[in-house]
Amino acid sequence: MQSLKRFLPLVAFLLLVVLLVRGLSLDPTELPSARLGDSLPDFNLPVLGESVSRQAEDWQGEPALINVWATWCFSCRVEHPYLLELAQKGVTIYGLNYKDDPEKALVWLDDLGNPYTETVVDKDGLFGLDLGVYGAPETYVIDASGVVRHRHVGVVNEQVWNEQLAPYFEAGPMAGGSD
Amino acid sequence: MVRLLLSMMIFWSTQSLAVIETYEFSSPDLKLRYKALSQELRCPKCQNQNIADSNAPISRDLRAIVHEQLEAGATDEEIIEFLVDRYGEFVRYRPGMDSNTLWLWAAPIILLIMAVAVVVTQIRKDRDRQTISSNAERANRLREKFDGDLS
Repeated sequence: MQSLKRFLPLVAFLLLVVLLVRGLSLDPTELPSARLGDSLPDFNLPVLGESVSRQAEDWQGEPALINVWATWCFSCRVEHPYLLELAQKGVTIYGLNYKDDPEKALVWLDDLGNPYTETVVDKDGLFGLDLGVYGAPETYVIDASGVVRHRHVGVVNEQVWNEQLAPYFEAGPMAGGSD
Repeated sequence: MVRLLLSMMIFWSTQSLAVIETYEFSSPDLKLRYKALSQELRCPKCQNQNIADSNAPISRDLRAIVHEQLEAGATDEEIIEFLVDRYGEFVRYRPGMDSNTLWLWAAPIILLIMAVAVVVTQIRKDRDRQTISSNAERANRLREKFDGDLS
């Protein structure tokens, strides 16, 4: 008993080490979406550059990305070329133009290319609020039945696609090939 | 000159007011609840600030929502629930009790029990030692007395 007691500080120390190492490997800024596993919240938003509007049901049928972007968002410019690449591979990407000027958004797409199947305009950010968007860029994965499966906050690049997003597309009808 | 200075001061003071917007409330009670809520709700973007302190656009939006819903007659619980639905438990600085936060709530009680246990055992130990030492002292005194008597 007495000899066990002598090791008590060591045991306490090791426990503390385990706790701290675990703490270091966690990302405190990672915030899972509150909407995971739920259907996309209802919306009725105008399509950018057109006089039609879209509802949540219109985006069902196949897994897709919903990319939240704006012309005021610098990181959106950074991820834009990679989104074009993904679109080329056949990935369906819906754009959510978040709290932006539609005129500027159209110019942006003209200048940089348009990776989006279509973009809806959320000028006052109310749909963004329903979805739990707190900045741009954010990218959501919805499955064929319109259920939110994943959210990535920040720039989408090859690593993010391969590790986090691609798995949701492999099972679907349009594999797209994640080479 | 004075007039110019004065007008400049007025100009700048309105500018500084514009940083965090002020809301008009229909009753002072709503204003108090707004203050309490905006200090208790956490900004999802700048994670160590509440929405009252944060300048992030999302905080501005959330303050607008809180104001709007307060004026529309929503209860504090309804407003918090509205935001938790969208941003998760994360937005609350006083999280509810669930499997994730169980330890958070239980830890202070467990630590308190442990502390009390340590203090109680320590006090018991001290008392035992005191009785022993006073016993030894008594024996010494007696011995001295006897020694004196004998000599």
